[in-house]
This record gives sequence, C-alpha cells and structure tokens, in this order.
Amino acid sequence: MTAAGRTSEARAGWAMTSPALVAIVLFFVLPAVASLFLSFTDFDIYALADIGNLRFVGFQNYERLTQNPLFWKAMANTLLFVAVGTPFIVALSLFAAMLVNSRWLKWRPVWRVALFAPYVTTLVATAVVWRYLLHTRYGLLNYLLSFFGVPPIDWLGSPTASLPAILIFVGWKTFGYNMIIFLAALQTVPRELDEAARIDGAGWFARLRHVTLPAIAPTVLLVSVLTVAGMFQLFAEPYVMTQGGPAQSTVTILYFMYEEGFKWWNLGSGAAVAFLLFLCILAVTLVQMRLAKRSGAI
Amino acid sequence: MNLRRWSVTLLAALVALITVAPLLWMISVSFMARGEAAQFPPPLWPANPTLENYRELFGTFGVGRFLFNSILVSTLATALALLFTIPAGYAFAKLRFGGGDPIFRMLVAALVVPGQIGMLPLFLELKAMGLVNSYAGALVPWLAGIFGIFLVRQYCLSIPDEMLEAARIDGASEAQILRRIVLPILTPVIVTLALYVFLSSWNDFMWPLIILADQDLYTLPVALAANSRQNVQDYEIMMAGAVVTTLPVLILFLALQRYYLSGLLAGSVKG
Repeated sequence: MTAAGRTSEARAGWAMTSPALVAIVLFFVLPAVASLFLSFTDFDIYALADIGNLRFVGFQNYERLTQNPLFWKAMANTLLFVAVGTPFIVALSLFAAMLVNSRWLKWRPVWRVALFAPYVTTLVATAVVWRYLLHTRYGLLNYLLSFFGVPPIDWLGSPTASLPAILIFVGWKTFGYNMIIFLAALQTVPRELDEAARIDGAGWFARLRHVTLPAIAPTVLLVSVLTVAGMFQLFAEPYVMTQGGPAQSTVTILYFMYEEGFKWWNLGSGAAVAFLLFLCILAVTLVQMRLAKRSGAI
Repeated sequence: MNLRRWSVTLLAALVALITVAPLLWMISVSFMARGEAAQFPPPLWPANPTLENYRELFGTFGVGRFLFNSILVSTLATALALLFTIPAGYAFAKLRFGGGDPIFRMLVAALVVPGQIGMLPLFLELKAMGLVNSYAGALVPWLAGIFGIFLVRQYCLSIPDEMLEAARIDGASEAQILRRIVLPILTPVIVTLALYVFLSSWNDFMWPLIILADQDLYTLPVALAANSRQNVQDYEIMMAGAVVTTLPVLILFLALQRYYLSGLLAGSVKG
C-alpha cells in the first residue's frame, strides 16, 4: 500500500472512532475518575448551590461511612445477596439449561423462549407484579403454598422473609439469561462422554459432577462473575418492592448510594460509596479470575 | 424411551408455565373490575373482562404522555448508539491507525467498570451543561456504549481484507467503503445492536429516575415506580400500567428473538 493510502486509512480510523471515544471519555471515563475526587470533598447541597462552598476533606467521607450503621447494614445486606443469591441463581440457571438441553425434549425452541422471556421484561413493571404475587393475603404465591399447609408468609413485610422474597424475584427475572449462556456451553459437551458414563452405571448426579461440570467449568465461572456483579447492582428491586425496608433489611449498597447522593444530596459521601462498590466488584472479579487460573479453567 | 420423552417434555412445560405465569396473571388482572383481585383465593380470570383500567390509565393518569416519552427516548438512544458505535467498531477491526489497538484493549478492560460508579459526577457534569431534566440528559449514557463497539468489531473481523483492498484500488474512499460495502454485510449485527439498545434503554430505570425531575418527562418505568411507591392500592390499574410498560418490549423481543440471542452469546464470551 502507498504512503498516501496509509495516511488516509489512519485519518479515516480516527474520524470513525473519535465521536464514540469523545462520548466515552466525556460521559463514562471522566465521571468514573471524578467519582474518586468527589469522594475526597464535602460536596453537598450548599456546594450544589455555590461551588465556593466546596472543601477538600481527605478521607473524612470514608471515616464517617465506617461510623454509619446504615452503611454497614447496606454492605452486609449486599454481601448476603451475593452469598445466598449467586449459588441459588447459578444452580437454577444450570438446571433450566440442562432441562432444555435434554435430548428427549420436544419443541425445544418454545420452552427456551418461555424461560428467557422474563429477562427482557421491564424490571420496574415485573417488580410491581411480584409485589402483588407476594402479597400476604391476596398473593398467588401464598395461595399456592397454602396447598402444602404453609401458613401465609409476610414476604415483603418481615425482615427475615424480605431477602428471600427479592431473591426469588431476581432469580425469576435473570435465570433465562444465564441459561442461554449455559446452553451454548452444554452443546459443546460430547454426547458420547455422557453416554459412556451412563453405560458404566453412573447415575444422574454422578454424571453431572464428573462429566458435565468439569466440561463447562469456565462457563460456570463466567456466569458466577456476571451474577455477582448483578447482585452488587441491585437497586430497582428494593426501590419498588420494599423501599429498603422492612427494618432496612433490603437496603443495598446502590440503594444507599442513591439515597446519600440524590435524596440527602451528600454527593461527596455518595461518591465514596460508589468507589467502595467499584472496589468490591473489582476484588470479586480478580479473585474469581485467580481461582480460574489456578484450576486451569481459563 | 417414549415415556422418558414425555416426562422430560412435561417437566419443561411445567417449568415454562411457572415462569410465564406472573406475566399471564399480570395481563389477566389488568382486565378485572376494580377490587376484583383483592380477594381470597386470588381469582385467575376476570369474571367480566373490562377495559376500564386502560381507559382510566390513559385518561386520568395520562399514561399516553409517558408512553410517548419512552418511545422517543428509546428510539433516539438507538439511533444515536448506532451512529456512534458502528463506525467505531468497524475502524477498530479493519483500519490501521496509530493507537487503535491499545485503545480498544483499554475499552474492553473498562467493561468491568459498572456505569453506576460515575453517576453522581455525571449528574453534576450534565447540570453544568444544562442537560439535567431534559430528554438529552436521559440519552447521554447510550452514546458511550463500549459493548456495542465490541459487538460490531467482533462481527467486522470476519470481513475479508481483500474485499476492502479491492475497493480501495478501485478508488473508493474509506467513508464509501463503510457505507456501500461494510454496512450491507453488517445488517444482522445492526439489528441485534438496535434491538439490544432499544430494550435496554426502554427498561432502564436508575438513570432516568435521577436525571428526569419533571413529571412531564418521565419514562414509563419512572412513572410506574412513582405511582407504586405512593401505595396505590388498586391492583388492577397497576397491572394495566405494568402491561403497557412491558408488553411493547416483550413483543419486540418475541418478533426478533433470533437476533437478540445471537448478540447475547457474542457478548458473554467477552470475558
């Protein structure tokens, strides 16, 4: 290629990428970096009115957060969502994927779409629907449970039931997405392997443990990372279904950040929360990558 | 074998029914008369199906305005996202320009950073630009779509270099190559990306909640959440609101599911 051709190619490259790059720098990179700086200031409603009121306060926002019981409550709730929700949702998704992948299944595409449908619905709309499904007196779920002799549960009104209630909703909403990822991985597992194990007399669970799971280990890891990241970002669910209650049992870290920033206008403190949230997600991702490398999955 | 075939299919049907039951129930309750759903045991079908809830929704509650806002914001978000990401994705895949590769690697690394991290500063930035409480403010995050660039780039990698080289020798400019040769090849991934952005921006909640203060500008999810938090006890009308909010995207997905799922898989292997 001629030198002139190369210059025009380079010029075109910059011309085609720069609008997107400018937008990414302006509306993604800059705010993310500014979040760190903002977290070292006392930006509040007074600074919002007059920037002259802004002061640099060092680590004061972080110190104050460690003394705020609601921050620790939000942190603990979020970690509980991660610890309980991730295995629950990964298992649910894998079960659905194995069911849809079964070779004896008829009309596969129909079931696949039906199981995926909740994922594309509007979160706020389905949260409203589930608030009524979970209603203590008129809810469908308690009605179904009554056939099994379970007394009515105050799903969204009791501090112990609220977390499972939200997890059931989040699980219903998201398992279809993970299922599709698992399905793609399952289709690469050779049928012969499974067949050979069956002939050797291995039961369903033994085959799952010794044939299927090792073959799709990297996908299990990928889905876990995605689910953990999703659990750290729960916001609309508590906002619509419980408003963080009862007894602050569903205040998540993002919900806490929203209230700090946009309800109380403590933007400095809210930015500190955002930065801590980022560190949490980064740490979890790195740990899972490390584990994967050690086990040779990636 | 036949028994096994039917038992697996029956189990799948049962799981599928449980999964779609909340959506069917939402639609069913939306046609019930006022107060009908607040009974024990909960009725599954409306005794006398009525459109009263929808009439009230569009009359008293003015849902038409929110529906218009949602359609406008999602359509513009989709158009802008395509305009910004398609050329960028193509350039990162096929054009050699200084710094292109390292920049792309940085973008991929940045995918780990959730957008919520920068929401507070972004709010202040848009306030300084005078974009708070405007449609433009709601659109801004969709311009910075790294995932879209990634998706388009992956697809472009499969275009043979000889094809582009031949066009260059014939004297076509880079812009002409993009428009006449690359765009037609990209049609499937463009549909995927458009669908993805439209659904995501339609369903988006946290950012519009923050940036839109004026009720006239509310999108459907923001309006629905505001009403549900005011403890509206009318199940039937809330369900009708949920139907109006979620049915358009559900139908869009069902019509174009093939494109959506292929994009999902391309996105999931990014890690």
